[in-house]
Amino acid sequence: MYDFSKITGAIHNWLSSIMPDLGVIITEWVLIGVVFLAFFALLGLILVYAERRIAGFFQFRLGPNRVGPFGMFQTVADTVKLLLKELVGTKEADSFLYNLAPYFLIIAALMSMAVIPYGFNLVAYDVNIGLFFMMAVSSIGVIGILLAGWSSNNKYSMIGAIRSSAIIISYELSLGLSSVLAMVLLAGTLNMNEIVMSQQAGWWLFRGHIPAIIAFIVFIITGTAETNRVPFDLTEAESELGAGFHAEYSGIKFAFFFLAEFVNMFIISAIAVTVFLGGWLPIHIPFWDGFNGIMDYIPGPIWFMIKTSIVIFILMWFRWTFPRLRIDQVLTLEWKYLLPISLVNLILMAFVVMMGWVF
Amino acid sequence: MGSSALVLFFIVGVFFIVIATSIAALFAPRSSNPQKLDPWECGIKPSGNAWIQFKIGYYLFAIIYLIFDVEVVFLVPWAVVMKKMGTVAFVEALIFLVILGIGLLYAWNKKALKWE
Repeated sequence: MYDFSKITGAIHNWLSSIMPDLGVIITEWVLIGVVFLAFFALLGLILVYAERRIAGFFQFRLGPNRVGPFGMFQTVADTVKLLLKELVGTKEADSFLYNLAPYFLIIAALMSMAVIPYGFNLVAYDVNIGLFFMMAVSSIGVIGILLAGWSSNNKYSMIGAIRSSAIIISYELSLGLSSVLAMVLLAGTLNMNEIVMSQQAGWWLFRGHIPAIIAFIVFIITGTAETNRVPFDLTEAESELGAGFHAEYSGIKFAFFFLAEFVNMFIISAIAVTVFLGGWLPIHIPFWDGFNGIMDYIPGPIWFMIKTSIVIFILMWFRWTFPRLRIDQVLTLEWKYLLPISLVNLILMAFVVMMGWVF
Repeated sequence: MGSSALVLFFIVGVFFIVIATSIAALFAPRSSNPQKLDPWECGIKPSGNAWIQFKIGYYLFAIIYLIFDVEVVFLVPWAVVMKKMGTVAFVEALIFLVILGIGLLYAWNKKALKWE
C-alpha cells in the first residue's frame, strides 16, 4: 500500500524549509488548484474522446481517427475550436442568470472531485461526512441546469430544464436512500477514505449479500439518470428538443455544460467504485497469495482509474443499448419501482447488518 | 487540507470560467444582427415568450420529493451508528420507514404519481 501522505508531507516540509508560513499556504493552494484544474480539463478531453470512440465501435465505424494517432487529439482540436467560436446569446435572455448558470455546474463538479479518495491519503478534502457532502454538492448542479434553461427564454430550453430537474431530484432519492445509505450501513462511516479502508477484507459488493447487489444495480440506473445520459437524457433529447437546456449557449459556454456533464459521469463512477468496488484497493483473490502480492505493487490511483474506467464504460454501453424513455415512463420507473425497491432493500440491509451476516 | 479547501475549489471554478470566457471574448469573432439574437426555434420566427406556465405534474413530484428527501437526511446519522446500536436502531428505523412507505402508498393510491 502506497501512503501518499509521505509524498505530500515531504513537499510540505520542503516548502516550509524555504519560505515563510504564508508562502507555504499560498504555494500549496496554487499547486492543488492547478493539479485539480488540469485533471478536470484532462478528464473532460479524455472522456469525450472515449465516448466518441466507443460509440464508433458500437456502431461498426471508426469514430474520430484523423487528428493525431488514433484521433487522440480530436478533442483538443475541438476545444481550441470552441474557444475561438463566437459567443452568440439571445437578446431575450436574462443575461445575469444566463451567464451565472455554468458557474453552478462547474463549481459543483469541482467540489465533488475534492472529496474523492484517489489513493491512500490522496484526497484534497478529507472530511468525516465525505459521502454526504458529495451527495449535497452534486445536487447543486441541478440549479445550474434550471437557471440555464429558464434564463435562455427559449421554449426548448425551458422544457429541457424542467424535465431535467424532475428527473434529477426524483432519482436522487434512490441514489441516496438505497444505494449509498445501504453501503454506509455496512461501512459504518461517511468518510470516503475510511469506507475504502473498511473494504480491505473484500469489496462490499461481494460481502454485502444480495442487498448490496440490488443496491449496486439501483445505483448504476440512478447514476445514469443523475448525469442526464441515455436512456434518461430527456433534458437534451436531440430529436425533440434540439439541445435542451443549453440550446442557447454557444462556443465555450456550451463547452462548460459539456465538460460538467462528462465530469459528473466520472464522479458517479468514482462514487460507485469507492462505495461498492473497493476504491483504490487492488484486486485480491482469496488463497492466491502470489497473485495478491503482485497486485499490491500496482499503486492505488492506477487501480482507482482502472475500476472507474470500467464503470464509465458500462455507462457508455447503456447509451447504445437502451432507447430513450418518455418522461412519464422515467418518473414511473423511479416512484413506482426503484423507490419501493430501495426502501425494502434498505430494511433488508439493516437486517443483514443487525444479524452480523457480513462475510 | 481543512474546510478551506471549499474556498479554494470555489476560487478555482470561478477562475476557470472567467479565464476561458475572457479568452473567447478576446479572440472570438464578433458580428451581430437582429436575426442572430433571436431565441432558437427550429429556424422560424419565435412566437411569444418562453416564461409561461408549465405542467402542474412536475410541481406535485417536487412536493413528494421534498418529504422523502428530508427522510433521507434523517436516515444518514442512523446509517452511521446502526452497526453499534443494533436491534434498537433497526426497530426504530423500521417504524420510520414503514410510516414513510404508507405515505408513498397513499400518494400512489391518490394517483399523485400518475402522469396525465
